[in-house]
Amino acid sequence: MLTYTIQRILLAILIVAVAVATMFLMIHAVPGDPANVMLGPRATPEIKAALRARLHLDESMTTQLYYFFSGLAQGDFGFDLRSKRPVLDIVLEQFPHTLILVGSALAVSTIGIPVGCYAAIHRNGVFDRVAGTVSVSIIAMPAIVVGLYLLLFFSVELRLFPVIGAGDSDDWLDYLWHLVLPVITIGIAWIGYISRIVRASMIEVMSQNHVRMARAFGLPESKIISRYALRIAVLPSITMLGVGVAFILSSTVITEIIFSRPGVGRLLYESVLSRNYPLVMGTVIFSTIFIVGGTTIADLINAMLDPRARKDAN
Amino acid sequence: MSALKQKKAEVAGTGSIRAVLSRLSRDPMGLIGLVIVASFVAIALFADVLAPYDPSKIDILIKLQGPSLEHLFGTDQLGRDTLSRLIHGAQIALMVAVVSIGVAVVIGSILGSIAGYGPSWLDFIIMLLFDTIRSFPVIMFALAVVVLFGPSLTTIIAIIIATSFPTYGRLMRTQTQTLRNSEYVLSARALGIPTPVILMRHILPNTIGPILIVASMDVPFVISVEAGLSFLGLGVRPPTPSWGSILNDGYTYIRNSPWILFSAGAPLILVTIGFTFLGEQLRDILDPKLGRNR
Repeated sequence: MLTYTIQRILLAILIVAVAVATMFLMIHAVPGDPANVMLGPRATPEIKAALRARLHLDESMTTQLYYFFSGLAQGDFGFDLRSKRPVLDIVLEQFPHTLILVGSALAVSTIGIPVGCYAAIHRNGVFDRVAGTVSVSIIAMPAIVVGLYLLLFFSVELRLFPVIGAGDSDDWLDYLWHLVLPVITIGIAWIGYISRIVRASMIEVMSQNHVRMARAFGLPESKIISRYALRIAVLPSITMLGVGVAFILSSTVITEIIFSRPGVGRLLYESVLSRNYPLVMGTVIFSTIFIVGGTTIADLINAMLDPRARKDAN
Repeated sequence: MSALKQKKAEVAGTGSIRAVLSRLSRDPMGLIGLVIVASFVAIALFADVLAPYDPSKIDILIKLQGPSLEHLFGTDQLGRDTLSRLIHGAQIALMVAVVSIGVAVVIGSILGSIAGYGPSWLDFIIMLLFDTIRSFPVIMFALAVVVLFGPSLTTIIAIIIATSFPTYGRLMRTQTQTLRNSEYVLSARALGIPTPVILMRHILPNTIGPILIVASMDVPFVISVEAGLSFLGLGVRPPTPSWGSILNDGYTYIRNSPWILFSAGAPLILVTIGFTFLGEQLRDILDPKLGRNR
């Protein structure tokens, strides 16, 4: 397990490094002076010179990459072009809102576990068929349409939920109220996803020897399901969630913009509109670290619970 | 002799396509999927004939109207007919989906078969590339790229290709790994047939089915990325109608005229359901095992 953990973490660092280097090289792939690209055409020569000096733009490419990486390793994500504040500070300010949104959406998605479990036990029954069709339809539903329709029906037409913002952070009831529609927007596809995965693996597990053995011993069916079958059947959904973090973050960007919520996604969007390149880059790198971290943790949890996964990885 | 063989192959080919189609149409989900996808493609191809009005014809006098017999889905803030804009938007959606998935399948298949067939160090490098790309959130990556290269249809297509080819690459790699030790591939190798020929003639044809299924299920995702970026104003440039930019118009006028938003979301939902149902049924018919690999 220790070897696997170290291997997995090293791989994660490697992936982040390659991703960051790609982002870095992309700026240089654009024809013209990177200082121009970052500052736009209206910048004065003095500002450009200052930026060139700070980002070591006159040195060779490898030196620049070295400075960039050593900065990152020390938590230096660069400086915001407008407010001159460190990018990391600004991102960390917005991050809790995004984390709460993603976390709540993940929590909501666990509704899929009992749905999938019940469907698997009563396979081909009415519930299974209905749940199957509904989950397949909602899995691929674009977050953008789900969010806009929820906003249209529940906030604008029925006036049941607030239209914009995240609410007052001190008043938790208000904050929660503002959270409902965005969480459904992101989570609904995952309810479907998880119910499908749990159903498939539950059907597989229920036909395995240890379950048959438990039946032969005359254990009550409810105990077999909760103690022996469901525990194993939930595992694949952990891996899926790990892989899905990138996808979830994509729908988070859209959701934060639709509902005008503060968060990393909207920060990114606003810095894109104002062409604040260091902020764009910092947000993307931060999110990449977050995603790779999520995938790695999911893999590690999986390996801890299921020794077979450790072997498969090698 | 060879003419007979060809004839036989043709009969087998049409037979199997017909068999798949008849099995699809017997299942309600498959039938719904098939009908939606077929109508979507038809609408996109014949948009010029089907659209009742010119999608960019501005008439301020009839702006933000609700549904009527003249304008079934109403008009937008410039008095343009929403239905005509949606029909032409289908063209953009189909174009983006076909071009970007097509290129992604080709790139993914080539890299995936190299990873699956080639030496293990090459496999490691290619897999590292796949894993790295998988950890970029598409929309965020797209936003960063748009800052650099400016918004356009080409940028969108390039972004989708760059972020989606690893899916096909991974699939191709697994398939190639299973096939490389099969008897007919081993005997082809023993006969001294060069590797590229083995990959093209003997491995590729056997992997195309699963790839097509995944591609069909990828269409809604690609269309929603295009819609998402155009919604954010970073995709297709106005006045070209795209479902995303119509959604954005609807979002702006959500209070005055909810009809724009409502009717712009509907085709996205329908197309999503259509391709997903079709893909699911195709998978059940062609390759029951694939469901667990994805």
